[in-house]
Amino acid sequence: MTEPTAVALDGATVAFRLADGRVYTAVEQANLAVDHGEFVAIVGPTGCGKSTLLNVTAGLLKPAAGTARIFDKPLNGLNRDAGYLFQADALFPWKTAIDNVAIGLEIRGTPRTEALARAQKWLTSVGLGAFAGRYPHMLSGGQRKRVALAQVLIRDPKILLMDEPFGPLDAQTRQIMGNLLLELWTADRKAVLFVTHDLEEAIALADRVVIMSAGPSARIIGDWPITLPRPRDIAEIRMEKDFHALHREIWGVLKDEVMKGYVQSTQAGAA
Amino acid sequence: MSRVTLMALQVLVAVVTLALWQVFSTVPVFGKVLLPPFFFSNPVDVFSQIVKWFSTGVIWKHLAITLWESILAFVIGSAGGILVGFWFAWQPRVAAVFDPYVKMVNALPRVVLAPIFALWFGLGVWSKVALGVTLVFFIVFFNVYQGVKEVPTTVLDNGRMLGMNERQLMRHVYWPSALSWMFSSLHTSVGFAVVGAVVGEYLGSAAGLGYLIQQAEGVFDVAGVFAGMFVLSAFVILIDMAVTAVEKRLLVWRPTAAARD
Ligand SMILES: Nc1ncnc2c1ncn2[C@@H]1O[C@H](COP(=O)(O)OP(=O)(O)OP(=O)(O)O)[C@@H](O)[C@H]1O
Ligand SMILES: [Mg+2]
Repeated sequence: MTEPTAVALDGATVAFRLADGRVYTAVEQANLAVDHGEFVAIVGPTGCGKSTLLNVTAGLLKPAAGTARIFDKPLNGLNRDAGYLFQADALFPWKTAIDNVAIGLEIRGTPRTEALARAQKWLTSVGLGAFAGRYPHMLSGGQRKRVALAQVLIRDPKILLMDEPFGPLDAQTRQIMGNLLLELWTADRKAVLFVTHDLEEAIALADRVVIMSAGPSARIIGDWPITLPRPRDIAEIRMEKDFHALHREIWGVLKDEVMKGYVQSTQAGAA
Repeated sequence: MSRVTLMALQVLVAVVTLALWQVFSTVPVFGKVLLPPFFFSNPVDVFSQIVKWFSTGVIWKHLAITLWESILAFVIGSAGGILVGFWFAWQPRVAAVFDPYVKMVNALPRVVLAPIFALWFGLGVWSKVALGVTLVFFIVFFNVYQGVKEVPTTVLDNGRMLGMNERQLMRHVYWPSALSWMFSSLHTSVGFAVVGAVVGEYLGSAAGLGYLIQQAEGVFDVAGVFAGMFVLSAFVILIDMAVTAVEKRLLVWRPTAAARD
């Protein structure tokens, strides 16, 4: 049985109308396919349009040209199969950690006691079992990210969109969370689109690493299959020879784009 | 500054002020009383007036009336403000059409409405409530309107991605946001409810703190006027303390409310 492709962006172009009336093309002609159960990491210089691509996949943003198909159906409105871990803080500030996690079940009609019990389990598995009663402002940036992760995962979405989920975490917690994510993903293979600025993390986690060029009109300029064996331990895998070879190869392409992206962003700032 | 020193200094200010007032209104300086008792009374008289009100119990009726008017004004004004705030936020066109009129009515000094309300609603409780409502309504309305408009897009998008429909967004996102804005102005709106009640009573009524002050003034009983003012201040401070307690409970999730502890 062939599973339909989970996410298929075909020639997706995204343009924003700026306040002064000009049109800024952020992403141009992006083609991207994520198979059912596949883990794809997107890496690119800051401001190139990674979040924009996720927003298109989530159905929050309509591409100016091109199409987005989800499980072989054209995406119309919100992507109901996707769970989205946003780059910015998106927890409900007026709900405690546990209520934030339980809400996804409650609005589906799960009885509150059951929703809370399952939320507590999820909080425990992201290492925050003792923080259930805290409001988001009483949590650190990294703790908030982990609550947000539990909030998304508890709904068991078929597609997982993650925008720099481990951004504010320290190196050790990053590894713990990375391994946890791999563990969960191995147990229940979802299609994952994982945005990160950390190439090592991308290689360690993903089946494929996709590189974007610097904006404006950013394109997808590289697509590397990562054939490192699984199961992986993301701390140990960094020692492998194959890992280094892949890293060197991809970094060779990414480095130029990062420099370009940086120069462009400083010029845009000066203009 | 430690808590105790602060308290001591605060009490000292009151004691010195009262002492100076008592001295200048009773003891002649160079053969002249600086604060003629007819205009300024003196603390002892004012205090004995307050004691008399409480010992005879006449004050309770007036306090109860003013409190009742304030509560009614607050509840009705808030309910109206919440309804219209949500309505305008949901229907930008309605908001656009009514915008100049809202501004116009809000710019009007409410005191000028008092005579009209007295005509419409009589000299009883309701004309005072109406005055308070016109004050409370706008504060709550503006805050609820802001609260609905200013929900961060990411939080809203998150709600949508978690599968909320419009009704659930309303309950879990818009409503808490609007309420938090409304509560952040709770002191102001409750204060205005009291102002509406007292000003209304002052301008024409048969009971309440405003009436008490107005009566004393009518017979040039300056001690009575001051006594009324003191009772009113104490009344407002007590209400404000109650509001603070409520606020602390309702806004635990807000960084500022917790940091104030
Ligand atoms: N609403 C908008 N209006 C105008 N321009 C926008 C808008 N949203 C994003 N952009 C621009 O589109 C480009 C891509 O933005 P995006 O948020 O996708 O970048 P990113 O790759 O996620 O960056 P980062 O790694 O810093 O998160 C940026 O140059 C940004 O300035
Ligand atoms: Mg981004």
